Amino acid sequence: MIAKKLHVPLALATTALAVGALAGCSSGSDGGDGDAASGTYTWWDPYPQHEEGSDWANRVQACGDDAGVTIERTAYDTTALTNQALLAAQENNSPDVILLDNPAVSTLAETGMVSTVDELGLDVSAVDENLLAAGELDGETYGIPVGANTLALYYNEDILTEAGVDPASITDWESMDAALAAISGTGKNGITFSALNTEEGSFQFLPWFWGAGAELSELNSPEAVEALELWKGWLDAGYAPNSVITNSQNTVWEEFLTGEFAFAENGTWQVNSAAEADFPTGVITLPAKDGGAAPAPTGGEFIIAPVQSDTERYDVTVQIIECMTTPEGFVETANTFAYYIPPTADGQEALLEENPDLDTWVEAVQAAKGRTSDNLGTDYPVISEQLWTAVQSALSGVEDPQAALDAAQEAAAAETGGE
Amino acid sequence: MTSSLTRRPAPGTDTVSVTVPDPRKRRPSRLLGSKWVAFAFAAPLIAYLLVFYAFPLIRSIDLSVHDYTIRAFVQGNAEFVGFENYAAVLSSPLFGQALLNTTLFVAFSLVFQYALGLALAVFFRNNFPLSGLLRGLFLVPWLLPLIVSASVWSWMLNSDSGIVNSVIVAFGGEQINWLTSPETALTSVIIANIWLGIPFNLVILYSGLQNIPIDVYEAASLDGAGAWKQFWSITFPLLKPVSAITLLLGLVYTLKVVDIIWIMTAGGPANSSTTLAIWSYREAFGTGQPDLSPAAAVGNLLIVIALIFGFFYLRIQRREATS
Repeated sequence: MIAKKLHVPLALATTALAVGALAGCSSGSDGGDGDAASGTYTWWDPYPQHEEGSDWANRVQACGDDAGVTIERTAYDTTALTNQALLAAQENNSPDVILLDNPAVSTLAETGMVSTVDELGLDVSAVDENLLAAGELDGETYGIPVGANTLALYYNEDILTEAGVDPASITDWESMDAALAAISGTGKNGITFSALNTEEGSFQFLPWFWGAGAELSELNSPEAVEALELWKGWLDAGYAPNSVITNSQNTVWEEFLTGEFAFAENGTWQVNSAAEADFPTGVITLPAKDGGAAPAPTGGEFIIAPVQSDTERYDVTVQIIECMTTPEGFVETANTFAYYIPPTADGQEALLEENPDLDTWVEAVQAAKGRTSDNLGTDYPVISEQLWTAVQSALSGVEDPQAALDAAQEAAAAETGGE
Repeated sequence: MTSSLTRRPAPGTDTVSVTVPDPRKRRPSRLLGSKWVAFAFAAPLIAYLLVFYAFPLIRSIDLSVHDYTIRAFVQGNAEFVGFENYAAVLSSPLFGQALLNTTLFVAFSLVFQYALGLALAVFFRNNFPLSGLLRGLFLVPWLLPLIVSASVWSWMLNSDSGIVNSVIVAFGGEQINWLTSPETALTSVIIANIWLGIPFNLVILYSGLQNIPIDVYEAASLDGAGAWKQFWSITFPLLKPVSAITLLLGLVYTLKVVDIIWIMTAGGPANSSTTLAIWSYREAFGTGQPDLSPAAAVGNLLIVIALIFGFFYLRIQRREATS
């Protein structure tokens, strides 16, 4: 009885749903290629935390105003952004400008959906080569970094003083180990990092991996094994907590803020939070095995212009991109985010004039290395997945570091060789 | 009483005489009208089914029989590879482990969710002060957003600072690396999933219990059957149809669980809690490079598994109906 009575409203409801879905489809299709005369340009970025009316949104709009157009900005979560961009390209309605996480640039470029800087007539000669490398594929450059961030080692000054460790003395793995041993004597925890089985895990492991002299093309080299043994040794000795296996970089930071950890591996984006911590903090570059700053992976977004069927739109697109990538533009972006280091020497100089204490970070960014560089391009995600799996296997005790990395190399070679 | 019994046959003959006359004239017109009306009423539903069920299913099969690299995805020129993706999935070293993990995850989740859900349903059948409130509280896991409950579970099970370990250590036990050891990661996510599934079982089984007439229990207790005997001889057998559908729905829900495992362990460490659903999700969205075709192949295998159990259920139901 009840079921019968429900039929009509149910039918109405399903009709409404179906109509709504169809309407949704059709309204989606006028997103990107809208008519040039309308003066609306679409812009996607991965900063949903910056809402409408925020400094960042206003800054984007200001660049549109300068070019005499309105910018329609949509913010997505980082991973969702890549998927959305792919879907839009498939439907042939890409936005005019995308700010994209740097390891994803070569992935999108490979599909042929991104204009090269030469096609657009953009000048990238001032950009630091190590940062630009992430946007290069087969000799072409597909975008400009709007800023860079990277990893370094934050420390808790109170704990280091108590343990009698001078942060300046930590220059290589040996002094790092000695410092951790001294700290463990005080009953505090030594170090925390993220060995999660996602890209974050690889991102955090790479400074040690590269710092040992290993290369992503050979995951089971003796240097690579040494790097993994270093981490494993810290877990076994109790210098690092077992929970690093499930720590995200955010969790790492929360652990550090409890004041129980002497060191935390984390990024430029925590500079403000570190200044507000309940204890004095400092930062040093991540040590390489035999001394000096280890190359940490670069983070940060590229500004790219997807291919449009209406090529007349490029003129304005270029104006918008140029507005974001002048030295003043870079510094403004850096200040808006508080954690972005400009990718050009001019920009870095201008930033240091305003904020001299960011010099460790500028140094770290200069030493940093793109994950997709060395012409790895789209092979990187495949290799990275094997790398984080190996790190997890070794740290959780499934396999020893050598066996884990051997398996990783075999799997990575099988997958990348097939393409 | 007897008078009412003798009166009954009269209206019976009356109704028969109404339906019998002139069947030729009326039926065709009514049928024609009802056909169009029926179609008009069904049309939105059919459209809905096509858009939201048939299309995704066909698209998923389409993805799995082509080699969709990202480039091919954008340019729409994926190569047809037949069952190659399925072959690659089935021969992958991960397949055996993922299948075993899926089986363990589903089996343990279902058994404990059902047993605990049933125990609670029987418990709440007796009304006692505050029973309504308590029953409501048991629904909380269902109402909480999964991201919240899964995060809370992963905090509680944290190796170094989780409350579970601090209790174990306080009582002299040794720290257990719940989420970070390959031996316990799967167990941990199963425990969390059982907790999540209990309210669903409780609600459906509780409503099933309401349909068992109370006089059967009264008769049984007059015959001297104790609570235990009553449960096994009345409650359990009479609850069979409800139990079957609860278990089937539970199975389908559990097979495709991604969120709670993904938030707690992301399938790790080293794949020790990777189920087929997690594997599929990771191939498609978990790495920097979406591998849509193998992901779709794994997803379709899951659909097939769920279908097999669906047919099982239908067969059992049909057998019960005929018997």
